[in-house]
Amino acid sequence: MTVPTHHPGDTLLIDYAGGALGEAVSLVIATHLALCPCCRLNVAEMEAIGGALLEEIEPEEVDPSCLDAVLARLDEIPPLPRAPRVHKPKPVCPGQRTETPLLPEPLRRYVGDDLDRLPWTSLMRGMDCVEIPLFGQHSDPTTGRGRARLMRMKGGVGPPRHTHRGIELTLVLDGGFSDDLGQFVRGDLAVGDESVHHRPVADEEGCLCLAVTVGHLHFTGALGLILNPFVKF
Amino acid sequence: MNAPFIEASIAAAMTALRLRRRDSRFAEGRCTPHVEPCELFFINARMQDTGSPTAGSPPTLEDFLLAVGRERDRAAFAALFGHFAPRLKAYLRRQGCDPGGAEELVQEVMLLVWRRAETYDPVQASASTWVFTIARNKRIDALRREQRPEIDPDDPALVPALVPGPLESADHRVEAQETTGRLRAALKILPPEQAELLRLAYFEDKPHSVISAEQGIPLGTVKSRLRLAMERLRKAMRDTV
Repeated sequence: MTVPTHHPGDTLLIDYAGGALGEAVSLVIATHLALCPCCRLNVAEMEAIGGALLEEIEPEEVDPSCLDAVLARLDEIPPLPRAPRVHKPKPVCPGQRTETPLLPEPLRRYVGDDLDRLPWTSLMRGMDCVEIPLFGQHSDPTTGRGRARLMRMKGGVGPPRHTHRGIELTLVLDGGFSDDLGQFVRGDLAVGDESVHHRPVADEEGCLCLAVTVGHLHFTGALGLILNPFVKF
Repeated sequence: MNAPFIEASIAAAMTALRLRRRDSRFAEGRCTPHVEPCELFFINARMQDTGSPTAGSPPTLEDFLLAVGRERDRAAFAALFGHFAPRLKAYLRRQGCDPGGAEELVQEVMLLVWRRAETYDPVQASASTWVFTIARNKRIDALRREQRPEIDPDDPALVPALVPGPLESADHRVEAQETTGRLRAALKILPPEQAELLRLAYFEDKPHSVISAEQGIPLGTVKSRLRLAMERLRKAMRDTV
């Protein structure tokens, strides 16, 4: 199994570890983490920084009745049952094919396992998408509501050349695509912002990806002049 | 059992119990003498951890958390509350909670600590790190009414680490505790502009792009300062003495 070569980078991972990201962006980062042990280690270290910062924070006095109130509530709900922790990965017998789900958690609990049952809509020829409903009532108020979609592109297809007002994060789940920045395969995360003008094209076998945008894409080519007023990619 | 040890355990118990002198149930004599639960905890912890480098030294936050998980030890919980509640309140205040709301949320976080203590694994994280992640998730849930998507460690689609994780051993347990200590020392000597950005990132619910806009610091500068801070802190974490 290969590990990804395109990562979110320290700053987005710090945002994730600190809990500053909205649900949509957190979803794409967490799904990348499932496929990237290297970034998981980074996030664990960043959480340790959160622990150290909590130790160093200037404490604020808590009313003594607060502890009484908590102690009185300890028996309200029984403790959560100890989850069986499996440290060793299950042994895989040679020759035996274990079915690995295509979509890792946490994405799978948002969209399920069966891609064909999703309500795909066509964005353009050879390119379909499906909106992913988020659990949160309202998304991060400071960055505007993020939007998460699954995108499916046939080989050789891709959206017109565009830039981003805001940020676009694209995680490859199957197949791959290439753009001005390189080649992206399963687990790779492409980070697009205002500085990135690109025209991604799906590899021959097609491409399935999770795309999260905060703000809109802005088409820059001649086609963009026609598309921008009508299409909210 | 020798006298100095009993003295030490009573002192530790008293420290924990000082925090809950007002607990009426103890005044009613339900749990006399006052030191009993924590003393028991301390003796148990000593028996279980004999041979570990922490045996004989005063109980750590990790010991208290384990005692809550293993024995539902209320005195150990009170000690954790005494340590974490004022820090959690400060954390939640920086997230925009009013004082009353912050104390209510502190209660919720500490209840989660009580309920989930059984799942705490000292090999994976220090007590502070573990409590931080619980507080972070609780405030996202409570203040933003949002879920925080996270990986499922048992997901068959999870790509495993190339190097196996830390082994279940006393050494690694101590390592997780010491990491927090080394990090605290490293945070103290971080250049102020880097430390300030880290605090904004962790305490104010603002992604780095928003910090950049609000503080009037160019995005590239925010990113490079955070990266520099990470480099130093990573070095502190990975440099085991």
